[in-house]
Amino acid sequence: MVLNMFDLYLRRRIVNSLGLGISVLAMLFGLFWLGWILWTLLEHGLPGLGMHVFTQTTPPPGSAGGLINAIFGSLMMVITATLIGTPIGILAGTYLAEFGQRGWLAPVTRFINDVLLSAPSIVIGLFIYEVYVMQIGHFSGWGGTLALSIIVIPVVIRTTENMLRLIPNSLREAAAALGTPQWKIINFVTLRAARAGILTGVLLAVARISGETAPLLFTALNNQFWNSDMNQPMANLPVVIFQFAMSPYADWQSLAWTGALLITLSVLTLNIVARIMFRQNKSSH
Amino acid sequence: MTVEIITTPKLIVRDLNFFYGEYRALKDINLTIPEKMVTAFIGPSGCGKSTLLRTFNRMYQLYPKQSATGEVLLDGQNLLDKKQDLNTLRAKIGMVFQKPTPFPMSIYDNIAFGVKLYEKLNRNEMDERVEWALKKAALWGEVKDKLKQSGTGLSGGQQQRLCIARAIAVKPQVLLLDEPTSALDPISTAHIEKLIEELKKDFTIVIVTHNMQQAARISDFTAYMYLGDLIEFGDTSSVFTNPKRTETEDYITGRFG
Repeated sequence: MVLNMFDLYLRRRIVNSLGLGISVLAMLFGLFWLGWILWTLLEHGLPGLGMHVFTQTTPPPGSAGGLINAIFGSLMMVITATLIGTPIGILAGTYLAEFGQRGWLAPVTRFINDVLLSAPSIVIGLFIYEVYVMQIGHFSGWGGTLALSIIVIPVVIRTTENMLRLIPNSLREAAAALGTPQWKIINFVTLRAARAGILTGVLLAVARISGETAPLLFTALNNQFWNSDMNQPMANLPVVIFQFAMSPYADWQSLAWTGALLITLSVLTLNIVARIMFRQNKSSH
Repeated sequence: MTVEIITTPKLIVRDLNFFYGEYRALKDINLTIPEKMVTAFIGPSGCGKSTLLRTFNRMYQLYPKQSATGEVLLDGQNLLDKKQDLNTLRAKIGMVFQKPTPFPMSIYDNIAFGVKLYEKLNRNEMDERVEWALKKAALWGEVKDKLKQSGTGLSGGQQQRLCIARAIAVKPQVLLLDEPTSALDPISTAHIEKLIEELKKDFTIVIVTHNMQQAARISDFTAYMYLGDLIEFGDTSSVFTNPKRTETEDYITGRFG
């Protein structure tokens, strides 16, 4: 009997280390590629990084230049798309979480949202091309913004609903027991309790659209020059990277690497900020 | 043998039935809850004691499939009447839940939140009200220097007293306590029990508890429920020392439940 117990213990230890070993290997495998990507980006992108990147516009081949028009265009479109998509997403997500218990509207909305969430971004680009760019007759910053906001909306809807569902019903009951009208319960109690989680979702949506190329290709296109008119074609980092990286010119390729590094670093920073915020939210409950 | 206690009825329950969808969770309940006394509902899990408590402030209305028939009279007025305004009803009947539910805001705002729903108080009056409620809930001494801090940062026992303070700040007439100490340690439980003794001077208290000793310690009247039926109701000492029904005796002596 004693020997048996020892065998059992030994077997559990072996199985445990085996499982742990495989998990660690899988993690290392994933990290390895991430590390390699970051390393390659730093190796090719860092040498081209300097003040000129942030002060000069994209150059013709063979001359010096930077990425300021693309950085500005990307910022404009990402910020505007977030400003358009976030309120819609939060309101719709709140509807699904707080009012979506009865009726057919909520399940249908949820299903469509799931489809939208996984829709290829190139389809969204083509859609805006058809319904907006074709109608006004030229590429524009607004077109890009619209396409990006359509990507933001389902992400924010999903996270808002999920975060509100994490709020225990007892909190809603406690507010209702005081005689609080439902709009006040939602505004001052549940949305407030889910605040950090929802903000995290918004940041993740921003990170997602920062790197999208396909929806901008058919909408904002690109612009060689400085442009702050959202009604004109607008330069942006992803499309510039796409164009410059495919070109045969070494200085364009170098700028593409630098642009890729900038996008990756900002997305990484956004993700880390989102994570820290979510952790703080959890610990305060 | 039984000592007669002179009481005024506060809540009168008449032929109350409650349904979760098709399932009948309360069966023809009739009982009278006396004013400024502590009434305890005891019974095994699923007997309907929490359900009964939650009909008193129509909490079930948050859920589409739940419904109640019969009457619950508060000072003669039927609470279950569709015409009865829910929010005015809930201003008169406060509730504290099993798990502490502080709102995600400061300690001060937790108390002020409910008051603001019904009264327009100026800064000074609100300060006084918050202090009054926190003193009533025996929490003032522990939080008076950190009223601006988040209510979620308090300990479990303090959070529960905060919830009691929040409920009484609205100055209700009835206080419903749904297993208020079952998530708390013995010291916090003792705090809350002592508090209930104090609070019954001003409020009619109805408490649901799993803990029979607690019911015996703090309540004036006890209702024993089983499977949706009210088996026995009477003053606590008779129910515990001289139960009329064998089911009650079996439960309180631990032979069952």
